[in-house]
Amino acid sequence: MELDLSPALQKTTNGLTETFSEKIIEVYQTSGDTFIRIPSDSVIEICRYLKDEHRYTFLSDVIGTDRYTSEDRFEVIYNLISLRDRERLFVKVWLPEENPEIESVTSIWKSANWFEREVYDMFGIRFLNHPDHRRIYMPEDYQYFPLRKEFPLLGIPGSIEMPNTTPDKE
Amino acid sequence: MGIESALGEGYLTTRIDTLVNWARSNAAWPMPMGLACCAIEMMAFAGPRYDVSRFGSEVFRFSPRQSDVMIVAGWCSYKMSHAIRRIWDQMPDPKWCIAMGACASTGGMHRCYGVVQGVDNFLPVDAYVSGCPPRPDAVIHALMKIQDKIRTEHSVMLDT
Repeated sequence: MELDLSPALQKTTNGLTETFSEKIIEVYQTSGDTFIRIPSDSVIEICRYLKDEHRYTFLSDVIGTDRYTSEDRFEVIYNLISLRDRERLFVKVWLPEENPEIESVTSIWKSANWFEREVYDMFGIRFLNHPDHRRIYMPEDYQYFPLRKEFPLLGIPGSIEMPNTTPDKE
Repeated sequence: MGIESALGEGYLTTRIDTLVNWARSNAAWPMPMGLACCAIEMMAFAGPRYDVSRFGSEVFRFSPRQSDVMIVAGWCSYKMSHAIRRIWDQMPDPKWCIAMGACASTGGMHRCYGVVQGVDNFLPVDAYVSGCPPRPDAVIHALMKIQDKIRTEHSVMLDT
């Protein structure tokens, strides 16, 4: 597919393909945004490179996705912004269904802390070397990951404790 | 002046139920439990335009110990339900509850794993208000319904 890249993004993608070559699995554009997909084991070095060399200093969001495919079911998407170049770049990583885990990017962007906790809370994707790896929304003893596709819309009945409505009795 | 000027040197007879219910129904102080956008309408309900002080409920008490009617305004998550129930238990009897809006009544559009599908799952609700959010008039209507309820109940227990 023909890419329609701005000069800054062209420089970024050229730099990425020159520096990492075979590690850039695909680069594509859709809905006016640019996406690159990379293997899960090189997320740290590529994110570090993007921040240091191309000034993607702002990690706007980290998103999880359940693609519900038989292979590489889960996806983690990093929404990067370069304030200097006014460009946005999405970095995608695919993860397997069994034991999905990936290195945390909190060492590069501090803002990844809560984003990664949210992805863990909703999809059960583990982030290695995360400084505070806990659930963020659901109760800490919750057993399920609500945004996985097999999870029922209204949750598992009885899985979250309701308040005691007869407090005088134990 | 007070009631003395109207009565003069006279007196009036009534039942203690009627007297207590009259007092209670005209001083139902709300406990605002504003959880979402319904809380904005709840503020309008207390403000000068809709002026709920006409019904004796102008004093929004932020302490559960001083309030009579809890207005649950907004969607309630499972995590929040414990705090709400705790505040409800801290309110002295007698007490009443208004579930304001679709979310507090049934879960509304928040049909999902994280939101309690109606606060009546853990609170004894007296009046449900429909709307998303309801107009302040509707909340006043619910309050008047609760006043009717207070006026028709037996406030003094017979020692049998």
